[in-house]
Amino acid sequence: MIDYVSALSIDFGLIVPEITVLVTSFVVMMLACSKKVSSWSSTVTLVGYVLALWFTTRQWGHQGSGFADMVTCDNFGIVFKAIFIVASIIVVFLGHRYLRVKGLHRGEYYALMLVSTLGMMVMANSSDLIVLFLGLEIMSVPLYVMAGMYRRSLESNEAGIKYFFMGAFSTAFLLLGIAFIFGASGTTNLRSIVTDFSYIANSFPVYLYAGVALILIGFGFKVGTVPFHTWVPDVYQGAPTPVTAFFSVAPKAAGFAALLRVFVYGFSEVTILSDVFWVLAVLTMTVGNLLALRQDNVKRMLAYSSISHAGYILVALVVGGADAVAAAIFYLVAYTMFNLGGFGVVTLLETRSGCKSEFNELRGLSKTNPYLTATLALFMFALSGFPPTVGFIGKFYIFSAAMQSGFVWLTVIGVMNSFVSVYYYLRVIKTSFFDEAEGTPVPAVLSPTIIIALVITAVGTLGLGLFPQQLLQLSQAAIFGMP
Amino acid sequence: MSEYLAVLLFAVAGIGIVLITFGISRLLRPHNPYPEKNVTYECAEETVGPSWIQFNNRFYIFALIFVIFDVEAIFLFPWAVAFGQLGLFALVEVTLFLMILFFGLFYAWKKGVLKWV
Repeated sequence: MIDYVSALSIDFGLIVPEITVLVTSFVVMMLACSKKVSSWSSTVTLVGYVLALWFTTRQWGHQGSGFADMVTCDNFGIVFKAIFIVASIIVVFLGHRYLRVKGLHRGEYYALMLVSTLGMMVMANSSDLIVLFLGLEIMSVPLYVMAGMYRRSLESNEAGIKYFFMGAFSTAFLLLGIAFIFGASGTTNLRSIVTDFSYIANSFPVYLYAGVALILIGFGFKVGTVPFHTWVPDVYQGAPTPVTAFFSVAPKAAGFAALLRVFVYGFSEVTILSDVFWVLAVLTMTVGNLLALRQDNVKRMLAYSSISHAGYILVALVVGGADAVAAAIFYLVAYTMFNLGGFGVVTLLETRSGCKSEFNELRGLSKTNPYLTATLALFMFALSGFPPTVGFIGKFYIFSAAMQSGFVWLTVIGVMNSFVSVYYYLRVIKTSFFDEAEGTPVPAVLSPTIIIALVITAVGTLGLGLFPQQLLQLSQAAIFGMP
Repeated sequence: MSEYLAVLLFAVAGIGIVLITFGISRLLRPHNPYPEKNVTYECAEETVGPSWIQFNNRFYIFALIFVIFDVEAIFLFPWAVAFGQLGLFALVEVTLFLMILFFGLFYAWKKGVLKWV
């Protein structure tokens, strides 16, 4: 008998959070079978997420790899897993009432969300390109369904189909890239690729560069960098708003986890990548911001804004190195907070009947919901990067990492882009505070769940802005555990 | 490069055989077209309506459930062949795998997918 358990170093201790999320998704799916208990699904989902978060934090500081070196448990992955879980918890709170109002509150929604989170966690933990691909697929397939969940809305159907086609297309690129890398190196393991890099680069440069380029395109689609961003606005606008909130944060963070792991750790010696990322970052920031200027729909504006934020995070990939990775993680945590907050307010406003989140519908909001409008203003200030919010600190770390490595022009372009973005974020504040509504405005009804979501995100946005030290230390400790 | 020459020759031969067989049959066969030859094939029965009709979407879901068990069989075969060497741990793993798949079937069953009205 072969002792393959130790030969392949199968160690279930490494994937306890993942198993927790998987089991929870089964339980929720089971609840969804019966009409009587399906309303419990959100509570069970929350319990599962909190348990998974607890198990994840318990892993902090422990390093190890297992499953034939395909799974690596390190602080980098743990921080990202925590980001996914926290974002999911906020989305559960944020979507509860919206889904009930629209008749979408079903166990399947939560089960799909859990499976998608599981995929992200697998992505963040993988040290092998095949496992990375597997995680990406586990993450993406539920997302396609979630985008098209609102079956009676044509826009939602369109979003689902569009996302599916673009996602399938980008996956093909990624897989072909992995195949090229395997052809050049004979392995899909990132650690082996790093060890044998100079041999691979000297023997098969064409396959190596083709593979790296294709993998970059595949992930470029997933995180929505220009020129692979065309699906983002339609999908974000068409999908149910809580789903959009989830899209804009969790899969994006997962995509960046994979990008950082593959390109900052795996292919760090491909020097041309820095220039490629320079172009991508500048394009993504600029195109995202310029197109956001002309939007009349808040959801669509936030979609373009999320493209431009991806551009800021790409700056970290241009710079490379531990400081830039820490800055990127800090920015992703910050972005999770204020972007979910922004989408939370939009979700709340959309529970009013007939609301399509056009800019016009924000008029007179400060008269009917003064506190809500103030919260919205806070998130908009954070998105545009005003101090003392965490948006400012996040941008500061990213651009100071770029400056220290001598990327002066990149920093200048980034800061200029920040200025441009102020226009459309402040337009939200201006419309909701100073414009008079036509007719009597309908107040938005707050529910306890959305209040929880908004309080978490507002406290995060302001608190991490005032006391960023702890989070900065955390993200600096989030290093790759792969020597 | 010589390994790829074999691939090229293989491709040329593959395309060539198709062209040659079609060419020979074109030279040998009688040429006698009549409209019945173009109707939809229904196992020699009289054709009823066009073939472009909407199928009941239950077929789709049935096909999807079939795929689950199709894939399951593929994964069970290698395990069954190597069962002697793999032992208890693999048995537990496979049982978990089967349970996950049966869970999917159970869900479909509870949702009334298997009911054929």
